[in-house]
Amino acid sequence: MPSAVTQSNPTESPAQQMDIVSDADVVRVRQAVRTLALKAALSIVDQTKIVTAASELARNTLIHGGGGSAQLELVHERERAGVRATFIDSGPGIADIERAMAGGNSTAGGLGLGLSGSRRLVDSFDLKTAAGGTRVTVIKWKR
Amino acid sequence: MATSQGIEQVVALLQAQRDRVFRSWVQAVAVNTRGRRTAAETEQELRPMLDALLTGLSAGAVDANNPAFDELRAILAEYSRARARQGFTPAETSVAVFALRDAVLTALHDSNPAAFADFPAFSKLVDNLGLITFEAFVQARETVIANQTEQLLELSTPVVKLWEGIVAVPLVGTLDSARTQVVMETLLQTLVSTGSAHAIIDITGVPAVDTQVAQHLLKTVVAARLMGAECVISGIRPQIAQTIVGLGIEFGDIATKSNLADALRLTLQRAGLEVRKIARTS
Repeated sequence: MPSAVTQSNPTESPAQQMDIVSDADVVRVRQAVRTLALKAALSIVDQTKIVTAASELARNTLIHGGGGSAQLELVHERERAGVRATFIDSGPGIADIERAMAGGNSTAGGLGLGLSGSRRLVDSFDLKTAAGGTRVTVIKWKR
Repeated sequence: MATSQGIEQVVALLQAQRDRVFRSWVQAVAVNTRGRRTAAETEQELRPMLDALLTGLSAGAVDANNPAFDELRAILAEYSRARARQGFTPAETSVAVFALRDAVLTALHDSNPAAFADFPAFSKLVDNLGLITFEAFVQARETVIANQTEQLLELSTPVVKLWEGIVAVPLVGTLDSARTQVVMETLLQTLVSTGSAHAIIDITGVPAVDTQVAQHLLKTVVAARLMGAECVISGIRPQIAQTIVGLGIEFGDIATKSNLADALRLTLQRAGLEVRKIARTS
């Protein structure tokens, strides 16, 4: 089960900062995450999961947050490697978190599964949202 | 520093020492593009620029946007476009203009230090000419990119006929809204033009299926259904299947297969056809 917050403080490599202002940026973020996932030696299934989660969250940043940025990095904790991706926007925030996390409720004509779905695809999922913006951090660890 | 400030002394120097300035200019530019341009080629490219510059300067123009520099601007733009298409960097392109400043500075230094007062105005002119090359360069690159994007869009969405009444769309690469729109239109159009009642959408070459891609696929299948055609989605690899389950996407009653062969078999069956091994008699 994904935990809400990362308790420990994994050692980090320098983060990669990317702006998300267009559809093409979502693709770039996805490719960067795939490269990191390969570096962390995630299995093909886990690679696909973190890449897909990043794709969902990056698109949320673009569509709901009105654009923002992503921070991507390799993280290490007790000999295991992982990929951490943080998505930050300064949009209106998520009004009804419970509803958004329940899945199947779209406010933008999509399937409404992005947020709930990506939570199920990663090992750690941390969401902070307020009227001034939203910040989502996810981690996928190598098994 | 007002642009109206005269640069007569620089102009006079350029006219008097034209060959000398030209030689040191060509040399400076050649150093930067060594190996890709011969000295003779560089001379050929730069000579019209110097001619046009002198024509404009002689007409009393100081501002790069002065109509007297129309020809020079056109030459610079054409030069930048050519460089952009040949894959030169912006720095390698604009150095052609900026090197002229150094050539003039050296000539000033050697022969007429009193003319330095004119130099800032000339320097500003060179800066503005440099900006023109940048602008033309970027525009040319953007045109190239836009053309490539369009070509990719068309290239990557072929609809192939597998059998009488059965068409397939092999999807490769990233599916964004624009591409999926093209895929959907091409598929629906082909269904009509070939009179097909069956379509297979193969996503073996799609690296990740997120909710947006899934939604586009679902819409395409529904649209095809409205036209009386049945779709099968094939090429669902293990990692894609697990991700789709994780996301919680339901494909409902849409038939899906792990590979194209299975999808073709199912479709042939639906179309009332069967493939048999024939007994050979020799």
